[in-house]
Amino acid sequence: MTAVATLENAEPKSADTTTTDRIAVRHRSVARPLLYGALVLCALLTLLPFLWVLSGSLRSLDEIRSDPGAWLPDDVTLDNFTRLFATAGFGRFLVNSIVVAAIVVAGNIVAASAAGYAIAKLDFAGRRIAFGAVMAALMVPFTAVFVPQFVITVDLGLADTLAGIALPSVAMPLSVFIMRQYALSIPDELLEAARIDGAGEFRIFFRIFLPLAGPAVATITIMSFLNSWNYFIWPLIVAQSTSGYTLPVGLAATSQAAAHVTDYGLMLAGAIVVMLPVLVLFLFLQRHFVQGIAGTGMR
Amino acid sequence: MIAGSPRKARRSRGARRTAVAWLFLAPFTLAFLLYTAIPTVAALGFSLTDLRGTDLRHPLAVDFIGLDNYLRLFRDESFLRDLLNTALFVAVGVPLTMGVGFTLALAVNSGIRRLRGVFRTVFFAPVVTNVVAVALIWQYAFNANGTVNEVLGAVGFAGPNWLDDPDLAMPVVILLGVWRNFGTAMVLFLAGLQAVPRDVYEAAAIDGAGRWRQLRHITLPLLLPTTLMVTVLLTVFYLQVFDEPYLLTDGGPLGSTESVALYTYHQFGSGEFGVSSAASFVTLVLVTLVSVVQFRLLRPRT
Repeated sequence: MTAVATLENAEPKSADTTTTDRIAVRHRSVARPLLYGALVLCALLTLLPFLWVLSGSLRSLDEIRSDPGAWLPDDVTLDNFTRLFATAGFGRFLVNSIVVAAIVVAGNIVAASAAGYAIAKLDFAGRRIAFGAVMAALMVPFTAVFVPQFVITVDLGLADTLAGIALPSVAMPLSVFIMRQYALSIPDELLEAARIDGAGEFRIFFRIFLPLAGPAVATITIMSFLNSWNYFIWPLIVAQSTSGYTLPVGLAATSQAAAHVTDYGLMLAGAIVVMLPVLVLFLFLQRHFVQGIAGTGMR
Repeated sequence: MIAGSPRKARRSRGARRTAVAWLFLAPFTLAFLLYTAIPTVAALGFSLTDLRGTDLRHPLAVDFIGLDNYLRLFRDESFLRDLLNTALFVAVGVPLTMGVGFTLALAVNSGIRRLRGVFRTVFFAPVVTNVVAVALIWQYAFNANGTVNEVLGAVGFAGPNWLDDPDLAMPVVILLGVWRNFGTAMVLFLAGLQAVPRDVYEAAAIDGAGRWRQLRHITLPLLLPTTLMVTVLLTVFYLQVFDEPYLLTDGGPLGSTESVALYTYHQFGSGEFGVSSAASFVTLVLVTLVSVVQFRLLRPRT
């Protein structure tokens, strides 16, 4: 399989690869339909949960009760979504999630652009310490620090507030790391030239560096949005009243409430509202997602 | 930095540069101190006290109790059980996630040109999907009348109530972890595979090495750094596994799926901040050990 892989991947084949080509061709004729079949099967298995939620969320309560196993709705209805926002409080959860995401994304763009640039491009006392802090922060597990984080949040008077949920994520080390890696690829001469022309450090940052850092800012925006939108355990700890729930916490709480346990349609509609924004973004901007997660190997 | 410039001027310019740089670093540094550095030290401090949730308003009521919390932990059968559960998450979850991710990476990276991007997108989608929503689906799929049992029923098996069975809940919980993480492993392996120079395979093919031998003697050895990185990444993930057991079973039935992270959360929830901090410190030590091993192993190559 691998032989085929590398051969096909790469540029035009040179003359001395004919043997391999012949081997590859022979294998291909048998293996290829099998390979496609297996991949399509795996893809369907992966997608199954998504399709199932989508179909379930569009079925009426009666229909689900009478035939829970059916795969397609007889009558497509948006009733579940209406109830979700009218009676289950998801409008509020949605607004909360958007507010938290806005704070987190804005914070990360500002904090990480500045910090990543400084660590990569400025020569100063404590540079290694600063980078060490970024790496340390990447490694400290959330489980290890959430109790003191909670105490600090309470001390700051931020318990049960959206700011309390957002603040620990406003300067994610992952964002700083992404910006630092990107800044390293920008030639020093560019900044040095501006310095010789007498431009101040802030001017250089805003006028020369930031306009070039678009791709990194995009990745940071997407990664911090993804993190804040999907974040579950910290909002679960900080949000104490229903009105302060973000979408994932609201969905989890609603699904555990006795009134809704069997209301599959409502819960599946809730799942759609929680999943959809990220999935749509992912479809259009997957390069950034993959870079952000795989490029550094961290979520 | 210009040679011959007066030392004093140079030093003051250096100080200015340092001040400017730290100004750039101020927002990150503030957040780092407040939410990472201080909490890490505080967690260690808390773990040596009898701090309870109710003490937050009366800090003077808190006493230093040395290693009592740790002694209590290691005498607590449920904590020991949770350590074992966590070890099980790592021992089963890591190889399974890697195996699925690696196999799919090989398949996606092999000859196919058509649909390649589609496959990659589909297999990566679970990574970005909200876990609360997926856990909900998992619960419906694996309950007594769920989709899984329907399929089993169709071929003549009476399926159990998976998540209520102390022996079967764990596999289902791990499966959710695998479903969520194999995409990350796949993407990392794909990057590794694409970095293998193709002339190595050509040479091997000319020497008569079949695909299986190429895989064993070329691909796998060359992917060692990637494999190591994925192993560490997944180990660190499963050492802290929380979402999956919390959402599917809340650690039940009978504690059979409770992880150390979930234990930490439950202790926290019942106000035992000191015990909770001690348990969280155990996680920190385990994660740090894994990271140290990673650096030791990767250093010569990077």
